[in-house]
Amino acid sequence: MARGPFVSHYALVGAVALVVVLLPLALPDNFYLRVAALVYINAIAVIGLNLLMGYAGQVSLGHAGFFGIGAYAVALGPAALGLPVWLSLLAGAVLSGLLAFIVGRPILRLRGYYLAVATLGLGLLIWMFFNNQSELTGGPNGMQVPRLVLFGWRATGPATWYWISGATLVLGTWIALNLINSPTGRAFRAIHDSEIASRVLGIDIARYKSLVFVLSAVYAAIAGSYFSLFDGFVTADSSSFIRSIEFVVMAVLGGLGSILGSIVGAAFLVVLPQALTVFHEYEEIVLGLIMIVFMIFLPGGVVPSLLSLARWRTA
Amino acid sequence: MSSLLTIENIGISFGGVHALFGVSLDIRRGEIFAVIGPNGAGKTTLFNIISGLYPPEQGRVLLEGRDITGLPPHILARLGLSRTFQNLQVFFRMSAVENVMVGRHMHEQRNVLAHMLALPSVRRQNRRTRKDAEELLALVGLTDFAGESAGSLPYGALKRLEIARAIAAEPSVLLLDEPAAGCNPIETEEINELIKRISRRGVTVVLVEHDMRLVMKISDRIHVLDHGTTLADGDAATVRANPAVIAAYLGSHGTMEHRAHR
Repeated sequence: MARGPFVSHYALVGAVALVVVLLPLALPDNFYLRVAALVYINAIAVIGLNLLMGYAGQVSLGHAGFFGIGAYAVALGPAALGLPVWLSLLAGAVLSGLLAFIVGRPILRLRGYYLAVATLGLGLLIWMFFNNQSELTGGPNGMQVPRLVLFGWRATGPATWYWISGATLVLGTWIALNLINSPTGRAFRAIHDSEIASRVLGIDIARYKSLVFVLSAVYAAIAGSYFSLFDGFVTADSSSFIRSIEFVVMAVLGGLGSILGSIVGAAFLVVLPQALTVFHEYEEIVLGLIMIVFMIFLPGGVVPSLLSLARWRTA
Repeated sequence: MSSLLTIENIGISFGGVHALFGVSLDIRRGEIFAVIGPNGAGKTTLFNIISGLYPPEQGRVLLEGRDITGLPPHILARLGLSRTFQNLQVFFRMSAVENVMVGRHMHEQRNVLAHMLALPSVRRQNRRTRKDAEELLALVGLTDFAGESAGSLPYGALKRLEIARAIAAEPSVLLLDEPAAGCNPIETEEINELIKRISRRGVTVVLVEHDMRLVMKISDRIHVLDHGTTLADGDAATVRANPAVIAAYLGSHGTMEHRAHR
């Protein structure tokens, strides 16, 4: 087996790109294209969260907060400040990263459950801000999001957003895999396994924890902006606690410490509820049961568990 | 020989109990220096102070004459201090070679943007780091385990992996906390040889050890701690003949020889 990181690394980026390019041929209509775009958008956020949780080992139960900042940036930037949509998208990503940087320094000293509660609080605060500032955000009623216009071209419709989110997902996958196979990524993984050993090897752990938190917040904000631009409408639900939990579930179910797992996890949690609508009122119960069964039989998450199974079979 | 690492009158207490009190020692460039003592003598505490994990309540630590007391571990690492741990601190989810690659961290170019884009310089550096790490794995005899997950390595191999990772940082002083603890006589002999090989590379080695055979054979000088204070300091013969050392180690009966050849 080729263990050189760059061989498998580029193969994986290529595989994701191939799926993005070929999938539309297999999708019968716009409804499916729309679902696929939602998978990609969620996957972008989950890849960021996986860098934080799966690689660096720092939990966050508040990532929908950063997603919400991106989602509202593209609505509020044009409406309140008169900024072009593309600039608002960038501003949302920068703002989200800046907030993660400022809040990250003090809270990333915390570990485990304590960090979980602190990030949960952060997410709730952001959600409450969007929900309560009714004059600005429309509160629970939400607000319109203008179309993204680039060089006179209006980005609208499922097909357009399929390609934008698909291309961004490929880029996000490439960047994440590049990082993982670099001194930075090795520092993240080292911190996960032993902070004390990392420190005596010269790794400034506060810096790397802050860095990965900021990166994951930027991934989430970009996904959030795409989400509300795609929908043309944004509500405070975009930053809700439930959404934070969904991101964590996607990361865990697909496989912590697996970028491919992030995409599989997002696909699983976006597609399955659509498929389960045949169960009508039992839909949620069936979804819950399927998740339990998956975690019992694939405890490392779908992708890592299947990979180790395949390795075991061939060994 | 000039002194490389100096400990001056170090003291620290935990919950009112003196873990170390008035300990001073002087480590010369290029020597193998051992700190020994019964359980709870304060050996690991001393290491934790030197490597910046605990700030001492009194006293100073000097590296090449520079006061490094209380500096954070990652800065001390950059100044040339590296260490291993008595209770293993291996990166268990990474492969053996990746563990050693992390040891190269300080010597790698750390521009995050370049890492995100996998610029050619980053890829070249990755290959070089991997090659360096593979050479160090060969030095400690772990070539066959390079691609294995560290979590699947046997105990003795993990001890040597930690040593390889620590030297990857190119320290001037290497602190080894019980490098042979839990190893059988053959493994201990291998560690023994390894420490001598590292010393020949010009690294000053400071070790904390229980295993008398190892200490007596390879150390240039030995410092004996008991209940947080200095009991003796000198070469193997001097320390071995010191009545206070014999009493602390063996009670009032028996001799050090006895214990050493058990």
